[in-house]
Amino acid sequence: MARNKEKLVLLLDVGPSMHGVLSEVEKLCSMLVEKKLIFSKYDELGVVVFGTEESNNDLTTEVGGYQNITVLQDIKVVDGDLVDTLQKLPRGTVDGDFLDAIVVGMDMLIKKYKDLHKGKKRLCLITNAIHPIKDPFEGSKEDQVMTIAEQMAAQGMKIESIVVRGRFSRDANKGVMDENDHLLSIFSKKTHTRTVYVDTPTSLLGALKTRRVTPVTVFRGHLELSPQMKIKVWVYKKTQEEKFPTLKKYSEKAPASNKLATHQVKVSYEYKSVDGSSNSVIPPEQRIKGYRYGPQVVPISTAEWDAVKFKPEKGIKVLGFTDASKIKRHCYMKDVYLFIAEPGNTRATLAVSAIARAMKEMNAVAILRCVWRQGQQNIVVGVLTPNISQNDKIPDSFYFNVLPFAEDVREYQFPSFNSFPASWQPNDQQQKAADELVQMLDLAPSGKEALLPEFTPNPVLERFYRHLELKAKQPDAAVPPLDETLKKIIEPDPELVAENKSVFDALHRHFELKQNPKLKKSSRQWYQEKQSGSNAHVSGGQAVNSIENQPPVKIEKIGDLTPVQDFEAMMSQRDNPEWVEKAIKELREKILALLIHPDGEDKYQKAVECVAALRKGCIIEQEPGPYNDLMHRIRQYCEEKGIKSLPQLLASRDLTLISKSEAEDSNVTAEEARSFFVKMEPKPDV
Amino acid sequence: MGLDPEDVFKDEEDDPDNEFFQQSESSKEYVVYLVDASPKMFNTTCPGNDQKDETHFHTSVSCIAGSLKTQIISRSYDEVAICFFNTREKKNLQDLNGVFVFNVAEREHLDRPTARLIKEFDCIEESFMREIGSQYGIVPGSRENSLYNALWVAQALLRKGSIKTADKRILLFTNEDDPFGSLQDAAKKDMTRTTLQRAKDAQDLGISIELLPLSRPDSEFNVSTFYADLIGLDGEDLAQFMPSASQKLEDMKDQLRKRMFTKRVVRRIEFHIANGLSIALNTYALIRPTVPGAITWLDSVTNHPLKTERSLICEDTGALIQEPPKLFQPYRNENVKFLPEEIAEIKRISPGKLRLLGFKPLSCLKDYYNLRPSTFVYPSDQEVVGSTCIFIALHRSMLKHKRFAVAYYGASSHPQLVALVAQDEITSAGAQMEPPGMHMIYLPYSDDIRDDEEIFPDTEEDAPRADEDQIQKAAALIKRIYVKDFSAFQFANPALQRHYAVLQALALAEDDIPETIDETAPDEEGLTRPAVVKAAEAFKLSVYGDSYDEESDMGKEKMSEASRKRKAIAENAAKDYDWGNLADKGQVRVEEFNSRRFESLLKCPQPSC
Repeated sequence: MARNKEKLVLLLDVGPSMHGVLSEVEKLCSMLVEKKLIFSKYDELGVVVFGTEESNNDLTTEVGGYQNITVLQDIKVVDGDLVDTLQKLPRGTVDGDFLDAIVVGMDMLIKKYKDLHKGKKRLCLITNAIHPIKDPFEGSKEDQVMTIAEQMAAQGMKIESIVVRGRFSRDANKGVMDENDHLLSIFSKKTHTRTVYVDTPTSLLGALKTRRVTPVTVFRGHLELSPQMKIKVWVYKKTQEEKFPTLKKYSEKAPASNKLATHQVKVSYEYKSVDGSSNSVIPPEQRIKGYRYGPQVVPISTAEWDAVKFKPEKGIKVLGFTDASKIKRHCYMKDVYLFIAEPGNTRATLAVSAIARAMKEMNAVAILRCVWRQGQQNIVVGVLTPNISQNDKIPDSFYFNVLPFAEDVREYQFPSFNSFPASWQPNDQQQKAADELVQMLDLAPSGKEALLPEFTPNPVLERFYRHLELKAKQPDAAVPPLDETLKKIIEPDPELVAENKSVFDALHRHFELKQNPKLKKSSRQWYQEKQSGSNAHVSGGQAVNSIENQPPVKIEKIGDLTPVQDFEAMMSQRDNPEWVEKAIKELREKILALLIHPDGEDKYQKAVECVAALRKGCIIEQEPGPYNDLMHRIRQYCEEKGIKSLPQLLASRDLTLISKSEAEDSNVTAEEARSFFVKMEPKPDV
Repeated sequence: MGLDPEDVFKDEEDDPDNEFFQQSESSKEYVVYLVDASPKMFNTTCPGNDQKDETHFHTSVSCIAGSLKTQIISRSYDEVAICFFNTREKKNLQDLNGVFVFNVAEREHLDRPTARLIKEFDCIEESFMREIGSQYGIVPGSRENSLYNALWVAQALLRKGSIKTADKRILLFTNEDDPFGSLQDAAKKDMTRTTLQRAKDAQDLGISIELLPLSRPDSEFNVSTFYADLIGLDGEDLAQFMPSASQKLEDMKDQLRKRMFTKRVVRRIEFHIANGLSIALNTYALIRPTVPGAITWLDSVTNHPLKTERSLICEDTGALIQEPPKLFQPYRNENVKFLPEEIAEIKRISPGKLRLLGFKPLSCLKDYYNLRPSTFVYPSDQEVVGSTCIFIALHRSMLKHKRFAVAYYGASSHPQLVALVAQDEITSAGAQMEPPGMHMIYLPYSDDIRDDEEIFPDTEEDAPRADEDQIQKAAALIKRIYVKDFSAFQFANPALQRHYAVLQALALAEDDIPETIDETAPDEEGLTRPAVVKAAEAFKLSVYGDSYDEESDMGKEKMSEASRKRKAIAENAAKDYDWGNLADKGQVRVEEFNSRRFESLLKCPQPSC
């Protein structure tokens, strides 16, 4: 792969107006090198910073000018030192000139490689481009950029610009920005360019593809509309998940003195008879594959399979066009393919363009049957959608996704929402609160889309590579928590939430959630474990301080909404023994209040739940007194008022006195406890 | 070769260990197919698939045969019984008249489907009249009640197992909406009462009875005459139950297929909407690639199944490693080591939670934001009361404002940014086509998206664009090959069908492999219709002029330097595949292959597991 080595020069603006995002630039660039160290070890890289107090570059020594530009690192094969260099970029003191920096970068590439390695040389500029560039000695800025761009094209260089704007450039001069944007756009007319604008630190982290993947076609051949009409196309992957790296297993068996130890682990498989009749190992060639068919297993050798297998011919055929609405978005089965006309084939490009644009106009999609390669043993049926290019340089193309076969769909039936009881249906106010939320918690206000997948880094991979780098220096380093920038991907943006406080308040006002009191204990436990699951898990590694590991909120008072939960939470607060006393006292009061003012339709349901919780709590704490007192009071109250249903409810759930067998301090015998409610003699109902 | 199963259906990126694709095998299902075999079922015909008339009996039987074939593959642990009523002969444990339980050797009446059951049931119509016979079981003057008997037999068959671990169902096929219509008042009343009581008893035991009524085009099956009471339909359910009289038999097959699957919750998750406002959702896998069942390795000498023992061996010392080893990544000239728990910790972000981040208009959900099959979510009030209410409110708002939610889903193995797209309920002819709920679509990250469409334009010129005439010609061609009623999943997977057919042939010791039809083959005939050909020619002329045939040469001349290089790279890569050779091999093999080899294979005893 040597000839695929990339030669990259980073041009980083470190001027004062960039200081706010430099830590993200450091993370982004070091991630780039970290991945190169693993996936493209032979790539070469140089680093230029501009906006520095000093000037240190070839051009300033040779021809003068090119001030405030420092070559931090000459082009060299990537190594660990580069990561260190990029992790502590200097903070500059002057507003830099990005065009000068581009020239310095080009000069480095030209001096090092002459006109070799065309298409493998790349410049990557990160700047906010809010400061004017210097006027040239002769001609306009535009002419100057044009000349540079032509030279770049002639040398086979590419340039990628990441322009950091948004919140970071609020006070900037719009005229200057427009001029700079225009100048940068000239590059794209002359040479291979990618310019992206980002407006949050999070999207800056996602702005640069940190891993270079050589594009490989999935298919080259005809897209067959009919036997007469075929278009030459190439098919690539448009999306493909970058996986978590597969780590190798490490053996610690070799003695430390063995310097040549590989520490590799070999995984070996042995096949033995299931019934254990003989413990002998069956050699691999004696095995045969068996496939289940109902209760039977049918043995079939590979050779037999090969002979009878389904073997379709390679090719892509249109089965028909249909209305786009027929294909639901959630039917897409896989990552996405890209269909482009054969490069350089003008007619094919025109044909693709015509079909794509016609499809767009008609709101149509095509259904395709694809066999990507000869020898493939299955068929893919999927949907082709038009991708109309917004860029004059880029031809129209198609996207393709795989659709399910009949066997892949489970048509479960779900109750219609209308069939639910009225209490489950949102009322007008609730609906209004939801409407507000859906409209106001807006991630795409006026074209400024947040969390755009194109610019959103994968927080798990970011975390892994950062941890890898950390561990290389400090082998026992703990897994770092997600930093603030990455938290924006996994949690709602605090600013957006704060702006919409009234919306959230309304939501809380109109919707009430409670744990199902009728739920059996086992499943409730599941729920509670689930809620606290993260804490339990993390306790293994004490150094770990993940974002989930926040201490639970302290309960200071038993509320009306979830008294049982509040009670349980308060009882478990161990920092002060007074909590237990307070919890028992407060819940007792709550129960008495509930008796006098029964809550809702279930009448005493909530009170009974509280009694149950109190009983359990008092047994755990071996404090039978307060509970037994309360029970006597309840009995008295019910007798006076002639309430029958409550004692019945309590008796049916065995919520009687706490006996001596349950708590040592109790002076109630088991027999007394059992007959506590039986002895009741309520007055006749009034 | 390792442990890897046959990679026919396996793509490079499909990870079989991924919990995402696995389903829990929680509860079993016991089904009794109860088929009316009265003469009316044989006399009444309906236009079938290929416009030929077929009898209602045939329709019912072929429905069941189809289901059995699907079931043996996808849910082979479920158990079935097939029972006819209104028969001449009787065969049932209770020795009741007019009821015949169909079965084959080596199988209990209610048992897992076997190859033999499927094979013999497939040709039941040939022998039915001779061996079982059709005869009205409810006639004036007789006290016999074949429907009552049938329900009794079915209920007895379903006595097996507890309803806690198994879902028990009776699927009743009939075209008689008034089974006691021929009787006098008193007798009719009496039989109706006892039959309904019988059904109620069964239902009280946790058995559900489902009706699959067959109508004629000219006279609709009237559910309210009798069966509404039997299956417990009233009000709106009743109105919805019978779709229009023109309901096609196809629909009925679909309905049966739908009823074949019971819902399985993949996972319960907590949907965090705001601080202190978390609702409970269940997730379901409605769409997942179906793959042929797992491979069981056998000893080719004895045909006994084999177990695999995995061991880890240190390459330096040859010692066996017992404890789970550390993992490492070579980096900066050294091996950076990780504990397995550390890797899990890195991946652990908001575990088990789905956190709402905000909303975007549906137009922001681009066609290329997709990585894997979606997951369906539906609210549950089981743990958190009030969940459904909030969910419905959000669902309505999202539909109304055409917006989707963006959320972070902290699945333990695979945390991911997702889009939640609200789906309104869609029903057609009484059947639910799309359930109400939300689909969770897995969004790519920046490193997952490629810009390969941007790699080629390194010329100064703009990319060629079609002109209005070319677009119009393309539109005309598209109109000619437009399919109005396309359903996203109307095709059976031909490779899978072939796989099953081969298995079936081997399991049943058949000489020939049954033909499987490739439904995905294009409509060659349709595409050669003059109108289509004309439209294609017109489009071709507008884009290619007269030189279409030379197209390939033109392409080569114009190929840019970059693409030539790229081609070289691709050709290099393609060396891994020896395409020509592979194809040849395939051809040769088919001819060499003969049935004798099958016979020798089949003589091996087949272990049953």
